[in-house]
Amino acid sequence: MEVLIAIVIVAAVAAFVSVPLRRARGVDEVEDSAHEAVVADLEAQKQAKYREIRDTELDHASGKIADEEFERQDSELRAEAISILKQIDAATKTAPRAAGGEESPGASRPAPSETADP
Amino acid sequence: MTALGAAALVAALLTAIYSAVAAVIGARSGDRRWVDSARRAYYALFGLLLICVISLEYAFLSDDFSVALVANYSASTMQVGYKFAALWGSQAGSLMLWAFVLSIAGSVVLYMTRNTHREVAPWANAVLAGVATFFVAMMVAGSLITSADTYPFEILTQVPAQGAGLNPLLRHPEMAIHPPMLYSGYVFFTVPFAFAIGALITRRLDASWIRSTRRFALIAWLFLTIGLALGARWSYSELGWGGYWAWDPVENAALMPWLTGTAFIHSIMVQERRGMLKVWNVSLIVATFALSLLGTFLVRSGILQSIHAFGESKVGVPLLCLIGVVVVGSTALIVSRLPDLKSERRIDSLLSRESFFMLNNLLFVGLAVVVFWGTFFPLISELFTGSTSSLAAPWFNRYTTPVGIGLLFLAGIGPLVAWRRIKLGVLARAAVIPTVAGLIAMTAVATVASAWDKPFALALFFAAGFTFAAIAEEIWKGTAARRALTGEGWPKSFGFLVTRNRRRYGGYLVHIGIVVLLIGVAASSSFQTSRDLRLQPGESAQVGDYSVTYVKPTATIDTKQQKLSFGAILDVQRDGKQAALLSPSREYFASGSADPSAPLRSFFEGEATSEIGRKSGISKDLWAAMQPDLTSFDPIIDKGDAIFAKLANSPAAADPKVQDYLAVQQGKAIRELEARYLNDTPPATIRFNVNPFVIWIWLGAIIAVLGGLFAIWPGAEARRRRVSDVYAARLARELGTGV
Repeated sequence: MEVLIAIVIVAAVAAFVSVPLRRARGVDEVEDSAHEAVVADLEAQKQAKYREIRDTELDHASGKIADEEFERQDSELRAEAISILKQIDAATKTAPRAAGGEESPGASRPAPSETADP
Repeated sequence: MTALGAAALVAALLTAIYSAVAAVIGARSGDRRWVDSARRAYYALFGLLLICVISLEYAFLSDDFSVALVANYSASTMQVGYKFAALWGSQAGSLMLWAFVLSIAGSVVLYMTRNTHREVAPWANAVLAGVATFFVAMMVAGSLITSADTYPFEILTQVPAQGAGLNPLLRHPEMAIHPPMLYSGYVFFTVPFAFAIGALITRRLDASWIRSTRRFALIAWLFLTIGLALGARWSYSELGWGGYWAWDPVENAALMPWLTGTAFIHSIMVQERRGMLKVWNVSLIVATFALSLLGTFLVRSGILQSIHAFGESKVGVPLLCLIGVVVVGSTALIVSRLPDLKSERRIDSLLSRESFFMLNNLLFVGLAVVVFWGTFFPLISELFTGSTSSLAAPWFNRYTTPVGIGLLFLAGIGPLVAWRRIKLGVLARAAVIPTVAGLIAMTAVATVASAWDKPFALALFFAAGFTFAAIAEEIWKGTAARRALTGEGWPKSFGFLVTRNRRRYGGYLVHIGIVVLLIGVAASSSFQTSRDLRLQPGESAQVGDYSVTYVKPTATIDTKQQKLSFGAILDVQRDGKQAALLSPSREYFASGSADPSAPLRSFFEGEATSEIGRKSGISKDLWAAMQPDLTSFDPIIDKGDAIFAKLANSPAAADPKVQDYLAVQQGKAIRELEARYLNDTPPATIRFNVNPFVIWIWLGAIIAVLGGLFAIWPGAEARRRRVSDVYAARLARELGTGV
């Protein structure tokens, strides 16, 4: 009985895990997936950089960082953030399939108070 | 149902192996089909282990004593909750719990990273599946090696009418939840460990693996914190020695990964922010994972004597081998990647948040080393001297107290310091209010408690006052800054400030919780009043400001749980007024493995627990435990057992009618002992403690956990990003209002 149940379970699991192996290796799909990963990594970097900028602003506003030092740090961080944004743009422009459709209606809306740390 | 579970376990082993192998093939070939298949196999592993757990729990809840695990660790007389928790009271059940929680954590992280970390995630999948393979294989191996006691679905050929029951010490609400919390803590650290290994193999050693697994490290930390607090509370409520922490090996085993894990949570911020401490971070997570395995090893191997070690088994050697593979393999990998692990930046100033984080890390790891040395000293001493000697609480306290105070002080300085650098004058100005607050706290405690001769306690209260005020100052300044920028009211400014900076303010709340907790530890250990009394009903004794009177004995029999309880009512008075009426008791349990020729003696010399009498308040606990001196019962017990021995050894003993008769007679004898206890009460040893501020320990732990939850809760942007935008907008627009 136990062996029979085991065979049924193993067969069910095999069917489930072999789904990707049964699909043809499409080049477009692989490239799409690679692009998605690059963009997602860059998005994570962007959020981390935003958090750094916000942290620095908070430290400056609460008097821990002098004005001069803040200007220096803030411009450095913003330059790094802009570089990440450019990379995101470049990645989306060179996407193998049009990714524009994924942009939501709210994407271009200014969101001054909506960028809390992730 | 058990057959289904057993079959699912075998399938789980095959699936875990497949997941690991397919992930490696996918990672090496870059073929996403193998990667996706490996990930699916890991999801399937979760499903299969879920079937195993459900089938085992079904066996426990339905009192299926044909399953050895149920017969050995449960009984039909146990409450439903404890039947459910009995799964992890056993060795095989603990292994199942480890593997099951790992399958949950791994499935979640693999799902979250399915579209990211294309290079690292497949290797992480392989590591997660490899670790799962180890634990599932240990269970399956138990079906081949019966003495291993690791196979959860073993079926008995002779089914007993009743189970042996769970160890009475474990029949406690906190203890029912404590093991899954600790194990979840251990297991969740596997996730950052797996991604660290993946990052090392692929040389993707920027902060991306940290960003994706930071929440898992925090979840692990939360589970460990809850587990440690529950364990301490169980010890305080159930063990009857009057404390909550004894530097016991199993307690220490859970504390060590908590210490290194806490260091890791701090140090990864430095790598995220400054690209520094890369070698340190991967080393810390390897150490934390290895210590998590060591924790499991210490509980299950029986290598060190402990009040919490519930089994001596054969899983010790395989676990030790796994720890060896983890440590040696990871070290080799780290050494081979040293050129890739160079820091991206150098430290700008010693007066910077990153340098204080480094100091904090050194202290945390130093504490872990002290605890490790003290825990393993019995083995070390045996190795070098041939005789075993252990280090007691005073040894641990000598080293851990000053380091703990230092860490608390750093928790206060940290919020005052900026990243990169802060001018000394600015820091000094910011530290004025916290210093004054610390001095006030110290002076108040020294005056009220006449504690000028307790330097460590005073230093701790100074650090606590300093840290509390520093965090309050930081919150006030941040709120004021936002208010000045936006013109919002104080509550709205505060609300926006903390919800937009969850990590920072969640972290501060954790620090406040730790301050509260350490105040409880310092006060209860420095200002405790304790005395062991020997009283008979009607007698009184003075303990500090309190008069303790043994009013009358209590005795109850719980036939369902096969439990006899001898207790005492204690009237505690202060200045002529009743402060508390406490009812401590000692509980004795009928053992399933009792000697049939000495059933009464087995009852009193078998499993017993202390139920303490306690009145908790915000400033102190009045705590009492008692143990009746039953030597005057010996002649009766011996006489009764002699009769039982005669009947048990007679040829008629196998007759069910005779067995029923014996059971009835045993019940009668126990009732006679109960009556004698009430009518001719023997003296009792009573430990009476006045424990100041103990409740602060539990409150502190709750605050720290809430702070951790607040820190890991996704922010508004992260929640929205999932459903909408990946190509949002531009930097200036997105950052909007500053703080």
